[in-house]
Amino acid sequence: MPELNWLSIKEAHDQLASKQISSVELTQSCLDRIDAVEDQIQSFLAITPEIALAQAAVADRMLAAGEGGPLTGVPVQIKDVMCTEGVPTTCASRMLENFVPVYNATVVDKLINQGAVMLGKGNMDEFAMGSSCENSAFHPTRNPWDLDRVPGGSSGGAAASVASGETIFALGSDTGGSVRQPASLCGVVGLKPTYGMVSRYGLIAFASSLDQIGPVGRSVQDCALVLNAIAGHDPRDATSVAREPQDYTATLGQDIKGLRLGVPEEYFVDGMEPGTRKAIDEALAKLESLGATIKPVSLPTTRYALACYYIIAPSECSANLARYDGVKYGYSYQETNDMWEALEKTREYGFGPEATRRVMLGTYALSSGYYDAYYLKAQQARTLIRQDFDRVFQEVDALVTPTSPVTAFKIGEKTGDPVQMYLIDVCTLPVNIAGLPGLSVPCGFSDGLPVGMQLIGPHFSEDTLLRTAHAYEAATEWSSARPTL
Amino acid sequence: MPLERSEVEHIASLARIGLTEEEVEMFGEQLSNILEQFEVLNELDTSDVTPTGHASGLQSVMREDLAEDSLDHEDVLKNAPRREGEFFRVNAVLEE
Repeated sequence: MPELNWLSIKEAHDQLASKQISSVELTQSCLDRIDAVEDQIQSFLAITPEIALAQAAVADRMLAAGEGGPLTGVPVQIKDVMCTEGVPTTCASRMLENFVPVYNATVVDKLINQGAVMLGKGNMDEFAMGSSCENSAFHPTRNPWDLDRVPGGSSGGAAASVASGETIFALGSDTGGSVRQPASLCGVVGLKPTYGMVSRYGLIAFASSLDQIGPVGRSVQDCALVLNAIAGHDPRDATSVAREPQDYTATLGQDIKGLRLGVPEEYFVDGMEPGTRKAIDEALAKLESLGATIKPVSLPTTRYALACYYIIAPSECSANLARYDGVKYGYSYQETNDMWEALEKTREYGFGPEATRRVMLGTYALSSGYYDAYYLKAQQARTLIRQDFDRVFQEVDALVTPTSPVTAFKIGEKTGDPVQMYLIDVCTLPVNIAGLPGLSVPCGFSDGLPVGMQLIGPHFSEDTLLRTAHAYEAATEWSSARPTL
Repeated sequence: MPLERSEVEHIASLARIGLTEEEVEMFGEQLSNILEQFEVLNELDTSDVTPTGHASGLQSVMREDLAEDSLDHEDVLKNAPRREGEFFRVNAVLEE
């Protein structure tokens, strides 16, 4: 069977629906690819071939009965931050190394109900905290374009598995760029939907006012199809928003003539790689040639976003991670009868350095005497950042920026300096702070490494972002490039 | 201003995380560097700015108070590090 693992969702669906291939064949093709390259990539924390082949057989029965939809029979990798019933869900942490959920996240249920096939669980930075996948307690993931480099993070497993053809698509989560940045570094498409668009029931919480689940795929259309499948209100997630269901593929293929695109100068930061800058400039010229108007805009509060984020996210993280006490689930230190000692040792041994760092930072920001100076101030800055976006979206339909100021960096290069690591997310953080949708689409290469272009729009403007990215993708060759493995 | 050693130990005790000597030193230095990045916020005049808790604008979401099945006992206890019958087992909370 010729390379079924590289099919798009649409191609796979067409071939499945017309009985040219079966889901078992498609799934086996992905499993074979995993066998061949996973030693090098290490994008999975768990591979579940038995489950995958059983689900594929179910999908084949659905298809034979003429049932199912675009995702029926299509393989997916699920980031290990989403609960999967009966399958360990570790968050790449020693703390949850042996945790086996007794229910599925809503998104997982939705995919399974539609007949998708779970290949396994994706590697990530511990508790989704990081930008390189190096904070995984189990092993790093490698960038398919250069095995000495990181795939980005925290959804590094998602991006690397999609880019290396191990899976057709993946689900990631994005708190400050964790879907878009790895998508950019691995040369694939990543979408962070509007805050509230996708249910987070069963998503292990990191920073609740920022977390959002999103798809990673090899094309814009694939991401639109997955968004169709996972979007929608969930009574089990009170932060999910009730909206009319929408077909996000409906506007794909429409042109972008007259679309007003803003370019915020503040996102072209000092230290940005020249190759990235060049790729973005060329992408802007391409968008203009497709009929969009390009307009320089200013978002002056961008310079406060990093501080704002690194107060709010760790504060929420310190509250969310307080639940890991070694009593109900997770790692538990039991070499003592003293309650406090057990608690402190459980958390000392269960959490890796970045999780500890963020819990400490958040605890400090929320502690007596510092709350106003840090947490309250950051929430006020958040209002100003939002207002900045609101103002600029009066003038333009969407914004175009680099997704990351740098391409994939060497494994180990930035682990010693947390501030340097945090700075990598400078272009993606503001989007989560304001709850906006953001999308990263491949826009070229710099020294052989992929560069991603980020599109940002007003709340619930996913259709505009997808249409724009699709028009760009159709006019360029970047999304069809594949790494040599 | 770098964090004092005693401050790092205080934060760790609030967070209930044990730290080794080396970690106290490392986190002291790293957290100080990060806190330095936060000083930029002092440039902002926020005296009349309402804080934003989250971005969706939803407030006090209510639902019907309907009885539903919840997880059964065995499922709830399935991941318990220690259990006794139908209960989670914990160390003594009250001192003798």
